Amino acid sequence: MSELIQSPMMDMSRSLSGQVVTTKFDKILGWARKYSLFQYPFVTACCGMEYMATACSHYDIDRFGAAFARFSPRQADVIWVVGTISHKIAPVLKTIYDQTADPKWVVSFGACASCGGPYDNYATVQGIDTIIPVDVYIAGCPPRPEAVLDGLLKLQDLIQNQKHDW
Amino acid sequence: MSNTDHLPTLDAAVPTYEPEFQQKEMLLNIGPAHPAMHGIIRIQTKLEGELIVESDVEIGYLHRAFEKSCEESTWNQAIIYTDRLNYVSAAINNVGYCMAVEKLLGIELPPRGQYIRTLLCEISRIGDHLTCVGASAMELGGFTVFLYMIKGREYCWELIEEYCGARVTTMATRVGGVPHDLPEGWLDKCLWVIKEVREILAECDILLTNNRIFVERMENVGLMPAEKAIAWGWTGPCLRGSGVAYDVRKDFPYLVYDQLDWEVPVGRRGDNLDRYLVRMEEMEQSCRIIEQCVAKIPGGPINCDNKRVTLPDKKDTYGNIEGLMNHFKLIMYGHGIRVPEGEVYFPVEGGNGELGFYIVSHPDEHSKDGCNDRAWRVRCRPPCLPMVACLPEIINDYMIADIVPTFGSVNMIGGELDR
Amino acid sequence: MSKFPEHIAIEKSHPTAVLDWHDRFGDRTLIVDGKQIVDVITLLRDSFGYNMLVDLTAVDYFPRRPRFEVVYHFLNVDSHARLRVKVQLEESHPHIASIISLYPIADWLEREAWDMFGIKFDGHTNMKRLLLYESFEGHPLRKDYPKTKRQPLIGPQN
Repeated sequence: MSELIQSPMMDMSRSLSGQVVTTKFDKILGWARKYSLFQYPFVTACCGMEYMATACSHYDIDRFGAAFARFSPRQADVIWVVGTISHKIAPVLKTIYDQTADPKWVVSFGACASCGGPYDNYATVQGIDTIIPVDVYIAGCPPRPEAVLDGLLKLQDLIQNQKHDW
Repeated sequence: MSNTDHLPTLDAAVPTYEPEFQQKEMLLNIGPAHPAMHGIIRIQTKLEGELIVESDVEIGYLHRAFEKSCEESTWNQAIIYTDRLNYVSAAINNVGYCMAVEKLLGIELPPRGQYIRTLLCEISRIGDHLTCVGASAMELGGFTVFLYMIKGREYCWELIEEYCGARVTTMATRVGGVPHDLPEGWLDKCLWVIKEVREILAECDILLTNNRIFVERMENVGLMPAEKAIAWGWTGPCLRGSGVAYDVRKDFPYLVYDQLDWEVPVGRRGDNLDRYLVRMEEMEQSCRIIEQCVAKIPGGPINCDNKRVTLPDKKDTYGNIEGLMNHFKLIMYGHGIRVPEGEVYFPVEGGNGELGFYIVSHPDEHSKDGCNDRAWRVRCRPPCLPMVACLPEIINDYMIADIVPTFGSVNMIGGELDR
Repeated sequence: MSKFPEHIAIEKSHPTAVLDWHDRFGDRTLIVDGKQIVDVITLLRDSFGYNMLVDLTAVDYFPRRPRFEVVYHFLNVDSHARLRVKVQLEESHPHIASIISLYPIADWLEREAWDMFGIKFDGHTNMKRLLLYESFEGHPLRKDYPKTKRQPLIGPQN
């Protein structure tokens, strides 16, 4: 026992070679987090139809480690803001963002959430980034499922390479 | 001294609740973002135990100024806003709006254009009903059904995409016609999709219609007698579920529906199960309509022959000066389609019921010819607003868990409800 | 163009009620005096079987006078007859009697007309906004409300 503690570091790494990989802790945390995203879809409008299509068997978002939605912000890692945000729903979105536990990411799904889309009028928020921080924007009105998957991969890249709090 | 003396006696251990506490009503707020509410809507309920005694519905969370936006865009530009009314069956909205404007202009499509519109409408309707039934089955635990039905919807949408390039927001018609002719092989693919949809329907029918869990949660829940449904302005599958055979396609025929052989299914009791069965049967009827359209579709032009409304062929636009000028006269700001003064109401059968457009054309102060290049007022009669307005009537006196199937059968679509 | 039976029946019991009428584009339309609207609609419902209020909305004809029109669309579900009834209202007094006691769906439709046009329906007990929020000022579908005048609850005031 006492021999093991006193043995030099070199010996240990030699004995473990081929069995462990050394990395930075941030990297491994990012790797673990990006493939186990719990998502909260804040579905308001048309984009919800494409979100549904992406989540179902045809496009199967589950392949990318973002499985079925959890409908509670307190259990979610990523908020998908899917659809138009009107001024009436904006305070609700802010509350939901505040309720989500860290670490959290926000995906702005579609043109309306990103910038107001075709709705430049009295009722519509001109982009949710005026209310909450956004990590990934997905273009399209509504985005095709392929674009949604691409947005998810972008988010995973971001999570892999960012600094994590631990 | 025994070692149990410090514990309370048995009588004291039984909690005595104050009587008010047991009878106290509880207020529960459901929504606007809640898993049982697909779409954003808020229901405030007053509960007595699990029983709903009173409820109030608040809407408007997706109000995005459809009507104001249409007033500020030209007649053809406004079509994109109609896409986003009932976004599950956008082509029906396009058809409804365009036919209302055509009624105001007094023009009618050639037969082939009408058949194309009918095909698009019915494919969209199948997609709409598949989504509605699938989503409400999922909320009752039938997740497999949801996956199957979305697969069916995917086939429908691929068909629509092949025609107009978009899956959801189609913009599949123009005032005075349709953007282009059907792609090659489209009609054969249509028949293949019908076959697939029928298979999915048969499969889901086995999974749901005789499923005891599903039937017991749907049967005798959310009852709506016919007379009350009419007074509340219900239309569409929900009204037919209550036993009233009112269908705009039959009673105010438009497009080519009166030349085809199909039936209007009706329910008996007006509960959730009836509404579900009506939707299932309507999909079968839509399949029949599509089959007949594919068999009967004639050749010929797709747009009405009116140079003030329809864009010329690209061959003419690029090939001769008349075509080029015609194109610019219709596209340029301040020109475009000019609609004479008047007001029309035109109903079509949307996914949820009577989708009516009340359109007013009224010359503004700059107009010299008494016409206008944009609508003065576009009012959409939202089919699902009456059902949502009436929601307290069909959820009160039921259990709180019954909100889920009842709300699912109402098929609220935020885009057309809040506009 | 001859008068339709509804028109004749209304004239018999309420001689001053119908101000004008037309059936352009095949949509039969009556323009009715706002003070007698409840009587007219009661008659239409009870004697002609217009059992469904399909739609209730308003139109702002600014700067024309009278400025507002309230538009009712009725349907007889059994005989499939349709009728449009319009009432013209002055900008100075945009008030009209509520028909909530005749058609329950008028509740929400009247609230929407109030929300969007600022037309008050007398006799409606719950006259609050339907689609917008209570702190919203003005009525957006009026022609003098700018399309992009935003009144955010949170976020920047652009």
